[in-house]
Amino acid sequence: MATEEIKFQPKDYKSDQYVRWCPGCGDHAVLNCLHKAMAEVGVAPHDMAVISGIGCSSRLPYYMNTYGFHTIHGRGAAIATGVKTARPDLSVWLITGDGDCLAIGGNHFIHAVRRNIDLNIVLFNNKIYGLTKGQYSPTSDRGFVSKSSPYGTVEDPFIPAELTLGSRGNFFARAIDVDLKNTTEILTASARHKGASVTEVLVNCVIFNDGIHKKIVDKEFRADKTIFLRHGEKMLFGKNNEKGIVLEGLKLKAVTIGEDGYTLDDILVHDAHEKDNTLHMMLAMMGEDMPVALGIIRDVEGVTYDEAVHQQIEEVQAKNPTRKLKDLLMQGEIWEVK
Amino acid sequence: MAEQTKVTTLEKVVIRFSGDSGDGMQLTGTIFSNLSAIFGNEISTFPDYPAEVRAPQGTLSGVSGFQVHLGSRKIFTPGDKADVLVAMNPAALKVNVKHLKPNAIVVIDTDSFQKSDLDKALFTTDDPFKELGLGSVQVVAAPISSMVKDGLTEFGLDNKSALRCKNMFALGLVCWLFERPLEEAMHMLQNKFAKKPAIAQANIKALTDGYNYGNNIHASVSTYRIESKKAEPGYYTDVNGNKATSYGLIAAAEKAGLQLFLGSYPITPATDILHELSKRKDLGVITVQAEDEIAGICTSIGASFAGCLAATSTSGPGLALKSEAIGLAVIAELPLVIIDVQRGGPSTGMPTKSEQTDLMQALYGRNGESPLVVIAASTPTDCFDAAYWAGKLSVEHMTPVILLTDAFIANGSSAWKLPDLDKYPEIVPNYVSNYQDTEKVWKAYRRDKESLVRYWAIPGTEGFTHRLGGLEKDYETSAISTDPVNHQKMVSTRQAKIDKIADYIPELEVIGDKDADLLIVGWGGTYGHLYEAMETMQEQGKKVALAHFKFINPLPKNTAEVLGKYKKVVVAEQNNGQFANYLRGKVSGFNPYRFNRVKGQPFVVARLVEEFTKIMEA
Repeated sequence: MATEEIKFQPKDYKSDQYVRWCPGCGDHAVLNCLHKAMAEVGVAPHDMAVISGIGCSSRLPYYMNTYGFHTIHGRGAAIATGVKTARPDLSVWLITGDGDCLAIGGNHFIHAVRRNIDLNIVLFNNKIYGLTKGQYSPTSDRGFVSKSSPYGTVEDPFIPAELTLGSRGNFFARAIDVDLKNTTEILTASARHKGASVTEVLVNCVIFNDGIHKKIVDKEFRADKTIFLRHGEKMLFGKNNEKGIVLEGLKLKAVTIGEDGYTLDDILVHDAHEKDNTLHMMLAMMGEDMPVALGIIRDVEGVTYDEAVHQQIEEVQAKNPTRKLKDLLMQGEIWEVK
Repeated sequence: MAEQTKVTTLEKVVIRFSGDSGDGMQLTGTIFSNLSAIFGNEISTFPDYPAEVRAPQGTLSGVSGFQVHLGSRKIFTPGDKADVLVAMNPAALKVNVKHLKPNAIVVIDTDSFQKSDLDKALFTTDDPFKELGLGSVQVVAAPISSMVKDGLTEFGLDNKSALRCKNMFALGLVCWLFERPLEEAMHMLQNKFAKKPAIAQANIKALTDGYNYGNNIHASVSTYRIESKKAEPGYYTDVNGNKATSYGLIAAAEKAGLQLFLGSYPITPATDILHELSKRKDLGVITVQAEDEIAGICTSIGASFAGCLAATSTSGPGLALKSEAIGLAVIAELPLVIIDVQRGGPSTGMPTKSEQTDLMQALYGRNGESPLVVIAASTPTDCFDAAYWAGKLSVEHMTPVILLTDAFIANGSSAWKLPDLDKYPEIVPNYVSNYQDTEKVWKAYRRDKESLVRYWAIPGTEGFTHRLGGLEKDYETSAISTDPVNHQKMVSTRQAKIDKIADYIPELEVIGDKDADLLIVGWGGTYGHLYEAMETMQEQGKKVALAHFKFINPLPKNTAEVLGKYKKVVVAEQNNGQFANYLRGKVSGFNPYRFNRVKGQPFVVARLVEEFTKIMEA
């Protein structure tokens, strides 16, 4: 990777292609955040490989002035795994959506997370199939009415965080498209995390699913309906940080400080680096009468697959000087005809 | 007494070792074929094992076999029928009855031919030979189990461990039959059990006991002598097709100066390629055992994009799963080697059996016009050359290449003269550094004017960032395009790029009689059988020739010329006529005779000769 001395600007990561997402689509904001995050991290554009599957969000590589590969539906994770395993020196990104990642590509996604390969996975979750014009997705809520579910769906959705942690994921963050500052911060952290990082971005589809995250992300609700978690800080939310999260028995509870006997001391401090993912899972699953957790919910270091693959090669090579096929064959069961 | 032994000198002989899948027949066969090769014989081998890992002991479904064909002249097949059968139990005898010559020698372990053993193999009488109608075979009935146990008492092994050595007793007996000195076999056993010297000694003792037993009973059977022949000087090893394929890829990567990457998912009969390459970390090979067939190829496509010589190995059902991803490699114009070790189909079919039924799938099994290179290996050792060529063409022409082998050559082995890589053609990837057009700025789909090959810009290279993808791209700007004229141009260009590869591959060679009355045409793993059929017919005074294809798409440039030269042509293949139909589409007016068998078993030379003779006389 490029040395940190060379400074890059967000525009250095921008390609010359006209961005074709619908006006008002949440994807525009995420793209801008990614440009900013990369300038912040400072990886040279030519040391970046941005891989995607199929869907609206998967067009993103065309808008990056980096090496990019817009592949086939659901297979981005597998292709990105190949890129990173072959070339651990590259900063490899996987851009995917809820359909691409969790329906057709579910198998590749869970295995990429399980292997802890050092990919930066950005999962654009708009809870709808946009490019095929409006069918329910694996993250649509039960009862969701769409073109392919005119009477409402009869199935429960995946919660991306639950699937990620269930696949033994070490990094999970949740962001919202309208919060550029925090999304940039999260993508920067995801880039710096060693191992598979999953950032779910709640994005709005203005055409087929407008307002799906409205009750969470709109300014009027956001302070009370979301909580932004930061490692080492108290889990506070509300317009004046007057509310917080406490643990009661085996359950999390949202409380107001000063009410019912709760004080600031009772409020949990977020530890994103805790290896045990129990609390991370509980935080990630909050909703309904609890605020939706945003920010970096889990960020734990672990051995990465790509490093381990190359380390094993080095270990074998340290013990065995054979480097050429000819030498290998001469060491086998051979005989000479004179 | 030794002077009374009747020694028969033969040019070729077929030996089949057969027993329970736990009896060690594969090892016995391998050692015997290796020491015969060292002795100077030509060899060809074929393991025939059940799909079940461990079927119940002594039953018909648990029989595992290993056939060796030895000769003093060129041997290409494991042979039709056996001259010698080693049957470790009644099930092995029953299963192999159809593989026996009428006057064959059958070696049996009488200790495992008891009533209960006969019952397990579903014999209804106490004379299995009579029941099977084997009146003319010579039986060498030896109480192998008890002699092995007695011979090994000094080693203090438990009953089970001692009995594991009975395959070596059988091997010793066969070595006596074929006048093979035991030194090499002992050496191999010492290597095999280097970490367990006691086991090595026990096996060697059993081997020697078997040999001596043969010597003591020699008067009752004839022994065989196969003259050794002078092979081309050099170093040799015994190699099967899957191993040779792995080595061919390694050689291509070495020659091209690229790291080799294999993304694969376990599937019979291709998994040994994954096994072999996973061992080769010493040579810097990266392997990924993926979560499924699709990820197998997709990790390889990613590695290719990242600058490796990338390959994926599979069999027919896996190739079907990979087809969408192959299309991606076609449109992205990335190098990739896809190895399909063909097996019996359709669907799961017959995983351990051999066919040539994936040809159409390899050529056309994708959506859209998606041409690519198809190569077929003809023998176990030719897998090396074919894999080398697959690697070469893929990186030099920026295209996926499907390499077709089959279960028969993948598991079959023969002696292989170690290759001199200096004599193999260079492999020169078309890197973006070769781009020298001063008029136009470089774009991802700019092409070499002559070969139409695009330039390979590897991530990390400054100044060449670009985006590839499965969407159609503009010929000039490399941006996404749905322009109708552009699409026509890109479709034609991708086809022309593949067609032009005919300029870079060897012409089709014809072997046999120049003025042949019949040209046999084949492709892939049937080479040995077709060659032997031709040879047999020539010995009968007929004028026959053989044209065997390694390059299927594109075809060698002289294909139409060769096929047009002969009055009669027969295309012989293990499918319902896929290659014949393909050739008819490529060579106008071509209307061959056909010989098609889809039994999951190799061709039988005698049948080929019979059918070809009928065609000649028609």
